[in-house]
Order: sequence, then structure tokens, then C-alpha cells
Amino acid sequence: MTKLSYTKALNRALGDELERDPAVCVLGEDIGAGIAQLTLGLLDRFGPDRVVDTPLSEQAFTSMATGAALCGLRPVIEFQIPSLLFLTFEQIANQAHKMSLMTGGQVSVPVTYVVPGSGSREGWAGQHSDHPYSLFAHVGVKTVVPATPVDAYGLLVSAIRDADPVVVFAPAGAMGIRDDVDASMLAPVPLGQARIHRAGSDVTVVAVGHLVHTALAVAAELAGEISVEVFDPRTVYPFDWAALAESVGKTGRLVVIDDSNRTCGFAGEVLATVAEEMRLIAPPKRVTRPDGAVLPFALELDRAIQPGREQLVAAVRTVMK
Amino acid sequence: MTDGLHTPADLYRRMRLIRGFEELALRLVKSGEIVGGIHPYIGEEAVAVGVCAALADHDLITSTHRGHGHVLAKGSDPSRMLAELAGRETGLNRGRGGSMHAADVAVGILGANAIVGAAAPIAVGAAWAAQRSGSGKVVATFFGDGGLNQGVLLEALNLAALWQLPVLFVCENNGYATTMPTATGVAGNAVGRAEAFGIPAVTVDGMDVEVVRDAAVLAADRARRAEGPALIEAMTYRFGPHHTMEFRIRLSYRTQEEIDEWRRRDPLDIQGGRIAAGQRARLDAEIAEILAEAERFALASPRPDPAGALDYLYASGMVARGGVA
Repeated sequence: MTKLSYTKALNRALGDELERDPAVCVLGEDIGAGIAQLTLGLLDRFGPDRVVDTPLSEQAFTSMATGAALCGLRPVIEFQIPSLLFLTFEQIANQAHKMSLMTGGQVSVPVTYVVPGSGSREGWAGQHSDHPYSLFAHVGVKTVVPATPVDAYGLLVSAIRDADPVVVFAPAGAMGIRDDVDASMLAPVPLGQARIHRAGSDVTVVAVGHLVHTALAVAAELAGEISVEVFDPRTVYPFDWAALAESVGKTGRLVVIDDSNRTCGFAGEVLATVAEEMRLIAPPKRVTRPDGAVLPFALELDRAIQPGREQLVAAVRTVMK
Repeated sequence: MTDGLHTPADLYRRMRLIRGFEELALRLVKSGEIVGGIHPYIGEEAVAVGVCAALADHDLITSTHRGHGHVLAKGSDPSRMLAELAGRETGLNRGRGGSMHAADVAVGILGANAIVGAAAPIAVGAAWAAQRSGSGKVVATFFGDGGLNQGVLLEALNLAALWQLPVLFVCENNGYATTMPTATGVAGNAVGRAEAFGIPAVTVDGMDVEVVRDAAVLAADRARRAEGPALIEAMTYRFGPHHTMEFRIRLSYRTQEEIDEWRRRDPLDIQGGRIAAGQRARLDAEIAEILAEAERFALASPRPDPAGALDYLYASGMVARGGVA
């Protein structure tokens, strides 16, 4: 067993896929130098034809990846900043995502967009701290938010091999996580398959990314008092509804902790689907960012906006009343 | 429709096909067989045909919302194109794309794009893939004068120049971005924008198919020699409306005199004057027959089954949840 960091796991997934498939290439800003550490060493290993430093033209190079994908390549784009997804929403949601249907199935667009450091990075303020995974799930772009290094590896590999566009969010709050791994654990993780990080019988807590670790901490804190099941869908879209039905069927109670703004966020979708299709014995709760949240700069304000451990404890206690 | 565009008669014939196709489509818009309307290409035929005459079968194009001419010029089957406009299962896109999204990958059409300027970076990506593979393919990307003001197009020019990609940027300057005159919307000009990136650019008479073809041949040859992108600004004019909605909403943004002035330089008459009258009449009759068959084929084709409305949404075959639980 060796320690594998979340960042190193993504780096290894990229390296392994570049090695395995000559159609894979990586595009992004400062990726040759590896400023986000995801691409460290890849330029030396694979050369500038496959690890391509792009100018600051996010919209053009995002659609450039689409064009390359239409011609048989399998590009991975690294966005340094989550808010760049707003800038390139046209190119992802309105172009790449729509190509397969609009052409009647003539083409596929296997592009992966990786965002190392999504969500709050503490102190990076309003335009570097967004976490728009619900937005991509809403438009139907496959959306992945890994919580652990092993899942980060396996989900990024699956995203790259997928025939459709996939956005991979690597939350800043999870990137410090390290796993004890051996090589056999580094394998593709299918999109749309949930993982139970901790089994429980009283409450199902749904979380993705760094909030899985918040949920695990809360489960440990409440152990002996309340038995919490920590349910990680791993992909926000497609969502593993069958696995959630099984978990909720066992616990009958549900809390979702979600780093999205409240209105039309991922948590709202989980609650709505459970209300329609599953049975609960207590009203569900969600812990989210506030409506319309813009993360303020000062640390106290930044943290006040993010869904956190104390709020989750309170929500779990409420559904147990 | 894979016959070549070599002789003056070939060029005339293909332009005649586009003109006739658009006239037929307009009739079917009026009769209600084509819903949503179209952006007719009538008047601009020399640009699409001139550019595609410089391309090889394996070369690629991207198109625009006013894209029927590009698609037919590159070699799509007019019957399947018309079936697409009529929303039929036999259409190029199986009725999933319609007028503004026609794609025909088999003949090198990566797709028409309904967002102005948005196809340029897609073309750059295709050219980048071509350069890497050494396939020798050239990619032509059509856009209008309105596209000159889209930031992503300027970004695309930069990338193409930076990496010396085999892209032919074709600006169809028809004088209006919908209703806005080019001079009112564009500071500087198309050639100046290209030159700012070190891209060779030329403005040509877009009503003369041979002039367009000659410029496109030079540009495509450069690109094939790995000498990088080029831009052609073709000065042209749409004889009809921006969109068929103008038949219902009367807009006054240009004068009848101006329209008449441009119609005196009809690209079909310019090219038609280069072939014998008897041959022209024979080609016209041939095209009329092809279009009669296209109409018959399109209107006899089955409409898609509503149960398949989400087919092809995911290339992976993933099935999306329906709108009702």
C-alpha cells in the first residue's frame, strides 16, 4: 500500500489514458508547466502535440476540442477555474452536448472537462469559488464529482473513455485527501454508480466530493446515537436512483448536503425524486449554499455561505425527531 | 450528388440546384410542410459553390444558419436534405436537426451551426486533428459579416494562425447582420481582422463563382502545403429575407432599389452566360427533375415516431429519464 493523493490520482489517470490511447490529448492553460499539478510531467512524457498549452481563449479551445472530437480525437480540457465553465457554457451545453442528437447520431463528442479546485478555495472570492455541477446536470451533461483519490482516478478514466462530453469536478476541499492504495484499486469506476462510504440504518446522507468527508465526520460524531449511511452518487448526472432507493428503503430518512445554490440545485432534485418515487418516514432536509450565493472574500463570510458540518448535524437530528 | 465541380457547367448546375432547392423550400414553408421557416440562401450561391469547388471530397466544412447552399455545394443528396427540412426520418439528420443544423459527415459536412460564429473554433479543432494526423484535409468554415463581431471567431483566427492550421475562413458578407448594415456593426473589416493575426486575406466578388473558386483554390493549396489559414471575404447579397418570418413581419431595413441593383448581378446569370444557352436549358431541366424527385421523396417519407424523441441524445446509448415519473 502506498499513499496516493487526489491530485496525483488525476495526474495518473491522465498519464495512463494518454499512454493507452493515442487519440487522447490534453488541452488547457499552463498545463505544460502543470500549474494545477494535474498535468505535471505529462508534457515531457507525451510531447507538445498531445499536451497542448493553449492561449487564454477558453471559448475557442473548448469548441476546438469539439471539432477535434468530431474527427476522432478524445480531448481532455483542464479549466483552472470553475467559473470558466460559465464562460464556456455555450460551447459545452449548446454545442458539444447537442451534437449527437442534432445530427441524428452521426457524431459523438467524447470530450472531458476537468476542473481541479472547484468550489471554495478559501480566499479566492466571488469569481473563483463556484461549484456549478448542478448546472451541468440540469442540461444533461454527464457530471462527475469524485470524493476520494481512488474514485478520482477511476471516474476520470471512465469520463475520458465515455462517448459523450463529461465534466469532472475535483473539489478544492477534496484535493488534499490521500488514500492508501495498491495498484489493483486503480481501475475505471462506471459513471452512474453510487458508493456507500459508510453503512447506516437511521438516515441516508447524500453527499458528493469534499462533502462526503463532511458527512463521514458527522456520521462518526453521531455514531452510537444515530446510525448514518453516507451515500455518494459519485456522478451527479446520471444519478444512481436504484441505489438511493435501496438506501432510503432501509433508512426511511434523507438529508442531502450539496455545495450548490439552493434553487434548482442538485439537492432539490434528489428530494423531489425521492418524494415522488420512494417512501420516507420523516420529511427530508437539505443543506446547501443559500439562494443566489456569491462567495464573499473574508474567510468568515466565505465559510458562512458553504454547507458545513454543524448544519448537517442539525439537519440529521431534525429528520430523527 | 457526388459529381465534381470542375467545368463552368458544373458550377452553374450546382448553383442552379441550390437556387431551385431554395425556391422549392420556400414553397414548402408557405404550404406548411416545412415548419419553423428557413434562412434562404438565394443570391449567395456563388460563394458556397466557388469554395466547395476548391475542396476535395475528403475536405471538411462547417456551415451556418443560412446553410442549405453549403450543404448542397459540398455534395449532400438534395432529397435527404429536403426530407430533413420537412422533419422526416429519412432526412440527413433523421429529422433531428432541421434547417439550421444539417450535417452530413459522409460528405465532410461537420454541421451547420445556429449560433453565429460558433462553428469557427469547431473547424479549427477539425483542422488541428487533420494537421496532427497528416491527412492533408482542409477545413472551410463559413460565417457572415455578423460573425465578424463574435469574440470566439477572433479567438479561432488566433489559434489557426498560431498553429498554422489548414483552415479556410469564408466570410459571406451579404451586407446585413439580420437587419443591421455591415458598416453600422463592423469597425474595420474582415480583411483587417485576419491580417491582424497574420492571416492572408482577400476580398472578392461573391457573385462570380469562378472568382470565388480561384481565390479558394489559392487558399486551399496554401493550407495543403501546410502554410496555414487564409480568409476570403466574398461580397454577396441575399435576394430574399433574412428568414421567412419576413413574409409575415414586414421589415424595412433596405430599399427595393438596392435589392434590384444586386439582382442585376445574379450569380446564376453571370455563370449562365459562360455556357451555351442550350446547355443551360438542359441543366435547368435536369435540376428541375432532381428537385421534383426530392419533393416526392421528402413528402412521402415517414415522420419520426414521437417515442424516439430522445434517441441519439447520448452517443453512449445512455437513456435519459422521461419528463413524467
